[in-house]
Amino acid sequence: MIYREAGQFKTSYAADQALLTIPMDRWFVMGLVAFAVIVMPIIGSDYWLGSIMIPVLILTIAAMGLNILTGYAGQLSLGSGAFMAAGAYMAYKVATNLPWVPVPFAILLGGCSAALAGIVFGLPSLRIKGFYLAVATLAAQFFLLWLFTHVDWFVNYSISGVPSIADYHLLWDWGPLVTGADASVEARYLFVLGFAILLALGARNMARCKIGRSWMAIRDMDIAAEIIGIRPLTTKLSAFAISSFYCGIAGALWAFCYINTVEPSAYDISVSFNILFMVIVGGLGSILGSFLGAAFIFLLPILLNNAPTWFGIELPADLLSEIELMLFGAMIIFFLIVEPHGLARLWQIGKEKLRRWPFPY
Amino acid sequence: MELLNALLVSPFAEIFGNPYFFMEVLINGLMAGVMYSLVALGFVLIFKASGVFNFSQGVMVLFAALNFVGLMDALSAYMNPVFAIALAGALTVLIMLGVSLVIERVVLRPLVNQAHIILFMATIGVAYFLEGLGEMIWGSDVRPLHVGIPDDVWFIFNEQVMVQQSDLFAAAVAGGLVLTLALFFHYTRTGRALRAVADDHAAAMSIGIPLNHIWVIVWGVAGFVALVAGIMWGSKLGVQFSLSIIALKALPVLILGGFTSIPGAIVGGLIIGSGEKIAEVYWGSAFGGAIEEWFAYVLALAFLYFRPQGLFGEKIIERV
Amino acid sequence: MKLRKFGLMVAGAAMTFAAGAATAAEQYIPSLVYRTGPYASGGAPWADGFADYFELINDRDGGVDGIKFKVDECETGYKTDRGVECYDRTKEGATVYNPLSTGITYALLDKAAADKIPILSMGYGRTSAADGRVFEYVFNPPATYWNQLTSIVKYIGDEMGGMDKLKGKRIGYVYLDHPYGKEPIPTMDVLAEKFGFTYDKYPVAPKSMTEQKSIWLQIRKTRPDYVIMWGWGAMNATAVKEATNIRFDMTKFIGNWWSAGEDTAIPSGAKAKGYRAATFHGVGTDYPVFADVKKYLQDTGKATSGGNKIGQTLYNRGFVNAAVVVEAVRKAHEKFGNRVVTGDEFRWGMEHLDITDARIKELGMVGLMPPTKITCENHEGTNPAVKIQEWDGSKYNVITDWIPSMTQVTRPLVEQDAAAYAKEKGMTPRSCN
Repeated sequence: MIYREAGQFKTSYAADQALLTIPMDRWFVMGLVAFAVIVMPIIGSDYWLGSIMIPVLILTIAAMGLNILTGYAGQLSLGSGAFMAAGAYMAYKVATNLPWVPVPFAILLGGCSAALAGIVFGLPSLRIKGFYLAVATLAAQFFLLWLFTHVDWFVNYSISGVPSIADYHLLWDWGPLVTGADASVEARYLFVLGFAILLALGARNMARCKIGRSWMAIRDMDIAAEIIGIRPLTTKLSAFAISSFYCGIAGALWAFCYINTVEPSAYDISVSFNILFMVIVGGLGSILGSFLGAAFIFLLPILLNNAPTWFGIELPADLLSEIELMLFGAMIIFFLIVEPHGLARLWQIGKEKLRRWPFPY
Repeated sequence: MELLNALLVSPFAEIFGNPYFFMEVLINGLMAGVMYSLVALGFVLIFKASGVFNFSQGVMVLFAALNFVGLMDALSAYMNPVFAIALAGALTVLIMLGVSLVIERVVLRPLVNQAHIILFMATIGVAYFLEGLGEMIWGSDVRPLHVGIPDDVWFIFNEQVMVQQSDLFAAAVAGGLVLTLALFFHYTRTGRALRAVADDHAAAMSIGIPLNHIWVIVWGVAGFVALVAGIMWGSKLGVQFSLSIIALKALPVLILGGFTSIPGAIVGGLIIGSGEKIAEVYWGSAFGGAIEEWFAYVLALAFLYFRPQGLFGEKIIERV
Repeated sequence: MKLRKFGLMVAGAAMTFAAGAATAAEQYIPSLVYRTGPYASGGAPWADGFADYFELINDRDGGVDGIKFKVDECETGYKTDRGVECYDRTKEGATVYNPLSTGITYALLDKAAADKIPILSMGYGRTSAADGRVFEYVFNPPATYWNQLTSIVKYIGDEMGGMDKLKGKRIGYVYLDHPYGKEPIPTMDVLAEKFGFTYDKYPVAPKSMTEQKSIWLQIRKTRPDYVIMWGWGAMNATAVKEATNIRFDMTKFIGNWWSAGEDTAIPSGAKAKGYRAATFHGVGTDYPVFADVKKYLQDTGKATSGGNKIGQTLYNRGFVNAAVVVEAVRKAHEKFGNRVVTGDEFRWGMEHLDITDARIKELGMVGLMPPTKITCENHEGTNPAVKIQEWDGSKYNVITDWIPSMTQVTRPLVEQDAAAYAKEKGMTPRSCN
């Protein structure tokens, strides 16, 4: 009886249209956000905030992006890493060449450039489907990274080719430092968290309004969707654009708030695969799943790497690395078998169990 | 203007100005394509029979080659090298069969009827697992592999055109492999069962073909193909981790040829191999080089634009 | 602050993650390594050599001035984000970082400076970090990529019988298409202009490292006088193999020091005979210190990974890298006393490091380790130089003495790039006087 949906009556249209219609859910999510915004920066150590929370939140944004494309619109993509790179390089370019643009807007502009790239590389989706399309998005992956390595304009003709991100304040010279090595971990964390919350809200709302519904119609059966008047061109391309926008912002944040440099290998194909993993393990078509999936896939290898030392087992370093790899593969398979609909589905099942608790019948 | 010249004029001038060099590039490109086809074949076999896009094929190539070279080195201390090669080959086939048995039991059977993308992800999990296992058993060093494949080059047409013997050998092996597979599919009971399964799972099951056995066999055959590819690539480069990334070179071949067609894998390989080499040699400098990595994908995309199911893929019929 | 402490206590149970720091009496050396993945064949021997030297110092000498070392490996898989995570996890009490990856080095440049922990990137990383006025916490002895390239060109000139013979010659430059491979290009431009040779660029895409046919067919057609290679991972072995296929004269094919591993030449075996590569340390085990390695590590079974990589090029590189760390700690002890030194104190030790020939002799590493003198201004060392090693069909032999680099060519470039970096970051370089 801890959680219940019955007896929750709505008396106004506003209540019916609320993002979370059940007060319990609402309070829970609000509490979680409050915890993340207020309590986490206070109790979290540098390591927890800087190396766990920040990357997980950034990857969550990327996973939400891919989830929009794959989970909602049903278009498989293996090019997320490239769109992240597009966001990162353009945000860097804007931040260094247009000093009057404050850094959050530079990052947004990075996202917009990634969206443009997404539209261009989404064009084949009008004719190509399924795995053929997935392999076609690999073209984006390889082409964009090649472009950023080869065109020195993107890195301001720097000789080293791997520019560092300078320290930027939130708005021009105002506010705390939010990027670069001298920014405090708390500021960077809150900055990233702000993006994550806003984008999650955006994704959640898009998913339930017209555009999201047309995505899902295209996903479930594109011909049928076309017959009922949904235009595949705009729908598919909008999914590509918005998905890439999210990925682009994630990529820019990755460079600005986490690794502090812009370099091509931070966005290579293994990143694309990892983000796809996050989406699948978290749950296709679920915003919550993006959070859970990102946390799971990012933390699992770190956990596996650390676990033996907690139990006082001394393993040779190379053996440890290999076991880590094997366990990671095994855990992926295990999770897919136990719950192919992802962690979000597990969460739902948990809620259903709680609903009947303590008297399941 | 200069760019247009570099794109439209000077490459053709170079091609016609030095046709021997063009021939050399073309031949070597075709041969490289054959090597890609060897990897792509494994993908096709599995996709055809079980609808699984098996991303672990690249790692299976590495895993098979690691086992083969490890066993061969261990055995050759005790016996004549020819026997050692044969025995190591046989043992590796057994190991790959064992791997496919385990994959069928542990991965495919519990995931039956799941969405394609879930199975695809599961095979990436398999890839991680096999990679870790292979390195754990055999280490991460580069191991040279010598099984007596001729490893030299011929210069023909007055020393103007270079042909690598190992590439010719690989082409012969690939041809033999395709022939064997064709014979196997046409004239054996199992082969016919495989084709039935590839056509229609439900229908095949209803006439009493045990799906699970078929999957083990198909994955085993793919493992065998992986071993062949592993030996060919391994004798070229030494057996090392990078063998697993050749899967990325096989993917454009796969989409170009179609996921379900064995001839498609071969023809796709030839087109991709020659196309990317010619592009790199003649058009690469106009772009600043290293274009072959994405060129293969763009070429495949261009083909897909006209035939969305690949050159030899089955026509997709959509109904509401 | 109190609230924060309370919070730390509450979260303490969940935070055993961060508890990697060393106990008080040991000098803590976090080691970011990669023993799996596409670059493991280079990463594993380096990591072994690095760990083994500390083990040797601990077992043979009981540490430095009584202070033992604790090496803590963290697997990065050559991935930048994992490297940053490893860094954050281990930075408490860390002495120095040796990331052994271009990407991770770049990512840590600013972070480490903010945390006052030095980075020792021996033979990789950001070249312009040699300017110690801007990059206070980064050290890249004994030579940078740019200097290495000048030494290689000088070697080529010497072989031809004088630098003036380079005029009108053609050099092929085969490189990994990544910031690492592109980095020497500005230096190459300067040298090409200075000595009047031309060069062709042949980038190798990172995911197509094993497919270089098109490049080597072009080289076969253009017939350059020399080929210089800036490769890593599987690219090296493929390049050497393709070079033997087109019958390129292997003695005219020179790799940089990351193309100098055994894995580069082994797949081609005897055919690669004559292949040359630059190096900044000795090869093989023919040095007195390796007798101790055998006695204390191999015979006792303490050698990392069973000691099967001892004497490989990259093993020796890790070994020498560790020796530099130990010498810098020793130097720091002179000023700060025989205790565990902090990162900042270690930086002082690095900055005043002077490894002389006499000292190298004491270490039993004559020929294995380059003499290095680092100053506040010059974090690369004042005499950058490389040797050339040659593959004889089964192993490498060093065939030259130290070839000094043309620092007068590279130093202005270094200072220019460092100044650009300082400008972009809005910082004022410190004064070294």
